[in-house]
Amino acid sequence: MDEGLKSELQKAGIFTTTLNDLYNWGRGNSLWPLQFGLACCAIEMIATSMSRYDLARFGAEVFRPSPRQADLMIVSGTVTKKMAPQVVRLFKQMPSPKYVIAMGACAISGGPFKQGYNVLKGIDRYIPVDVHIPGCPPRPEALLHAIMTLQRKIAQDTLHPCRRKEEEAERIAALPVPEHGSHDLLPPKHDVLWHPEPVERS
Amino acid sequence: MDSGTQDNPYLLLAVFVFSAVMMGLTPILMAFVWTRWAGTAKPDDIKNAVYECGLETGTYQWFPLKVEYYIYGIIFLVFDVEILFLLPIASVYKNLPAGAIAGILVFIFLLMEGLVWAWAKGLLRWQFTPSQNAPSPTQTQKQVTL
Repeated sequence: MDEGLKSELQKAGIFTTTLNDLYNWGRGNSLWPLQFGLACCAIEMIATSMSRYDLARFGAEVFRPSPRQADLMIVSGTVTKKMAPQVVRLFKQMPSPKYVIAMGACAISGGPFKQGYNVLKGIDRYIPVDVHIPGCPPRPEALLHAIMTLQRKIAQDTLHPCRRKEEEAERIAALPVPEHGSHDLLPPKHDVLWHPEPVERS
Repeated sequence: MDSGTQDNPYLLLAVFVFSAVMMGLTPILMAFVWTRWAGTAKPDDIKNAVYECGLETGTYQWFPLKVEYYIYGIIFLVFDVEILFLLPIASVYKNLPAGAIAGILVFIFLLMEGLVWAWAKGLLRWQFTPSQNAPSPTQTQKQVTL
């Protein structure tokens, strides 16, 4: 819709919107996070949902104990290799459209345990992460910022059936849950999701 | 009042009932249609799994519970109902006429008879016998080697 016309109508007291914007407004302001915490970041996540920081202002306070009812996964804390298959399975059990926030240094990269043998070096090796929050642990304000960032991202979403989007969703849905191998998770990463820039060492 | 409701006084009621039903059904139907139109349902085995805790669904979930359990429910009732009646009776026991005492004793006797029957049949002993119908795990347990 033409922005100028929209503005003119608004001056005349007529509010116009598109179904697309209405959907994104609804989706962005009623995020239901999956209720689970993995490590110390979860404490900050709990603090965020309490009255001092009040996640309810963003409509995201309804932490659901079942993945069937959740559309936001906050990976809050260290993802050990033992836990990773469960996290991936929970993500796959969530209904679409679903979003992921990787909270804290551990969830985005392995953090202080990156050199260790038993910690996953970033959950984005297995599931598509929308927002990364650095910090160890990030303050509640950082999580609120991530929610707002996600809301801005959702606002860009489109309802129109898009071949590329469909194909990508199907490709992600077809990815297997990692299994425990003799040394590492199998597969160690999903190449569809995780393709970092090669590090050039001099 | 128009002629329609004068002819049939129940017409208004029918309109009310229809409206009430539609007010309940319309949101559900709209949600259903919108889900079909805008939703992205992609069911698969993992998404439809029974467990919601992230763990792999290990065993067959639709196994029947042992039918013997009902006898424990009934024996529990013997004690439960007895206590339920004995407490108020105890509070007015001294003022009760002889006929009421006899009635209570008959009631307790009937309950005790059931208990004695269960005791005599050895039902008070908790017997854990694996059910013959218990199905074997359909999915093999994965070996976790980490």
